[in-house]
Amino acid sequence: MSKLSATMPAALASENTVSLKRQLGRAERMKKLKYGALIAPLAIFLLLTFVWPISALLKRSVDNPEVIGALPATSALLSDWNGENAPDALVFAAFAREMGEIKGTPVLAGAAKRLNMEQPGFRSLMMKTARAMPPAEGVSPRDALIEADERWADPATWRFLARNATPYTGRYLLASVDRTYDEQGQIVRAGDDQAIYVDVLKRTFGMSAIVTAFCLLLGFPLAYLMATQPPKIANTLMIFVLLPFWTSVLVRVAAWIVLLQTQGLVNQALMALGVTDHPLQLVFNSTGVYIAMVHILLPFMILPMYSVMKGISPTYMRAALSLGCPPFKSFWKIYFPQALPGVSAGALLVFILCMGYYITPALLGSPKEQMASYFVAFYTNQTINWGMAAALSAILFVATLILYMVYTRLTGQQDAASKAR
Amino acid sequence: MHRIPSKVRPLAVAGAAAMSLLAGTAHADITVISFGGTNQKAQVKAFYEPYTKATGSKIIQGEYNGEQAKIKAMVGAKNVSWDVVEVESPELVRGCEEGLYEKLDFARIGPKADFIPAAVTECGVGIFVWSTVLAYNSDALKAAPTSWADFWDLKKFPGKRGMRKGAKFTLEFALIADGVKPENVYKELATKAGVDRAFKKLDQIKPHIRWWEAGAQAPQLLAAGDVVMTSAFNGRIATAQKEGKKNLKMVWTNNIYDFDSWAIPVGTPKKDEAYKFIAFASKPENQKVFAGEIPYGPTNLKGTALVDKAIVPELPTAPQNMKGAFASNTQFWVEHGEDLEQRFNAWAAK
Repeated sequence: MSKLSATMPAALASENTVSLKRQLGRAERMKKLKYGALIAPLAIFLLLTFVWPISALLKRSVDNPEVIGALPATSALLSDWNGENAPDALVFAAFAREMGEIKGTPVLAGAAKRLNMEQPGFRSLMMKTARAMPPAEGVSPRDALIEADERWADPATWRFLARNATPYTGRYLLASVDRTYDEQGQIVRAGDDQAIYVDVLKRTFGMSAIVTAFCLLLGFPLAYLMATQPPKIANTLMIFVLLPFWTSVLVRVAAWIVLLQTQGLVNQALMALGVTDHPLQLVFNSTGVYIAMVHILLPFMILPMYSVMKGISPTYMRAALSLGCPPFKSFWKIYFPQALPGVSAGALLVFILCMGYYITPALLGSPKEQMASYFVAFYTNQTINWGMAAALSAILFVATLILYMVYTRLTGQQDAASKAR
Repeated sequence: MHRIPSKVRPLAVAGAAAMSLLAGTAHADITVISFGGTNQKAQVKAFYEPYTKATGSKIIQGEYNGEQAKIKAMVGAKNVSWDVVEVESPELVRGCEEGLYEKLDFARIGPKADFIPAAVTECGVGIFVWSTVLAYNSDALKAAPTSWADFWDLKKFPGKRGMRKGAKFTLEFALIADGVKPENVYKELATKAGVDRAFKKLDQIKPHIRWWEAGAQAPQLLAAGDVVMTSAFNGRIATAQKEGKKNLKMVWTNNIYDFDSWAIPVGTPKKDEAYKFIAFASKPENQKVFAGEIPYGPTNLKGTALVDKAIVPELPTAPQNMKGAFASNTQFWVEHGEDLEQRFNAWAAK
């Protein structure tokens, strides 16, 4: 009995803990589910608006569906061909048949456009050949094709076709870094009249760096002033920062055109003051672009710096000064390191925004001030070469990612260093 | 006057509402896209307003600069909101092959024989003939330029130049200025050496060029004194002159002319109305009004006969203006357009 009574509570207790654990587990799971359900809309939203479009974009930059889609059988045969002797009769027959099938359809036009991109003149060759297909009764496809255009007798033409009849291609990404495939399929430097993107990328980085530097120079004192003044003055200053921030970018760019043009207010004022005797070229060149971009991006620099500076206690500086540290040294050693997270956040924000900037250089610059995004727009809207647009975007995207990684690495080390100290 | 008894009045109102609803579905509104500016204003007077008066359907106006991407995206997504589009010739041929534009049934527009032969194509019907000419501001220049060679002469005619941003016509004018005869321009441009020659010629004035994109910009740049000379569409300069800008002048020597055409994007839900509009706008009497508003030549031969004698010398088709002029080679630009535009863009960005 006593034995029994002794074991009973123990069993009960263990049973209790098990059920308690189970209950706890269930409660935890419910909680997780609830939290999961709460963030699910956000996750789905991100997936749909962020992950999916970016992966689609990356895929588009290597996609090459036009030729293989228009000529599937020919493409399959050509991929097995050694590329040296003339292709055999099977290839000719498949090509003649498929050209006959797609004659007069958008599919043919798409393939012709794609091939014309590599070799101007191929469009008309494809169109002309399709018109002569399918071969007349009793004529061999080979003869019919060569009759339509003698270039089909040249293995080089077929090699060219074979090179472009692959499901994926690196040509757009290569072109974005001024490289191209040569006749043998080797990667070589692109010709001088095509090689511009490395320069454009350098220009994009250079202009972003200059705009960021100007924003920092102008923004830092203002943010410092706002953080150290009494609330009344600080709030007034804040309004001056925020008002333009709330105005549409397009309106501000248009306003700069009005102000800076040859007969504009700025030029008139400069001439009235006797600074210059003829109107200066202030817009449709780099001057205009820098002025407007710094103006538009300045709030993105000021706001993060201000929020960090606001949290820095003035007692540190006072302590340093009272201990005999000279003003500049105490600012540099005590204040600036504390403000640094705001400075780097602002600089990164401005720099990344700059890299993708389109509208300001497009409206205020000459072709020489255009950054990478202009070329994305050019390929999207003007020549409808979406592969090239996607490739340039991909390069820009990767550059931004690398930049961000470098930033987190640097600031991460900063934190570790300050902790060690 | 009969007064409607008050009991019946609500019924009558309801009936009227139902009628207007029915009427609303009967004439659908269509969206017509043109190149904007004074060209569009002239279209409103000559085509849109009379069409609305005749049929009761409203025209929703839109404008673009000829970029085909939007149309391609709309057709690709099968969600076409543009019903009739004004297109330049090479884009029309390319769009026709790529399945962006409907193949037109001329039985629903008018007899093909009524039109200038070149204005009738598989997917389009010409609206008007336009020219790209050399225009200048006579107040800003001491002497009057007379040729494209003068356009390149920075010593004799100092000042900025305006040109349409793109390879089309820019390269032609460069070769003309370099001494190539109009009849050989496209032969020369078809070779690599010819293209290099054109770009080399453009290098000479590159720092002095202000590029424009919309047709309306050319007269604005001239009038504002931003440029002293520019390539421009003849109609834009002529309408600016009419508005009192007498200091804007045109040089017709070696101008390039081309057609703009109506086209119907594939998949528009209002294809019937689009045809109706195109047929209406192609009528000689409407084309005559258009030429009176902006001096672009009619494509309907009967329309040419109707045009006011006073306007005739201003049209690209006038004999004295045709002297030394040459037609844009559509086939050449279909074939080489994408490649040359890309090269032009690369050149401009350097």
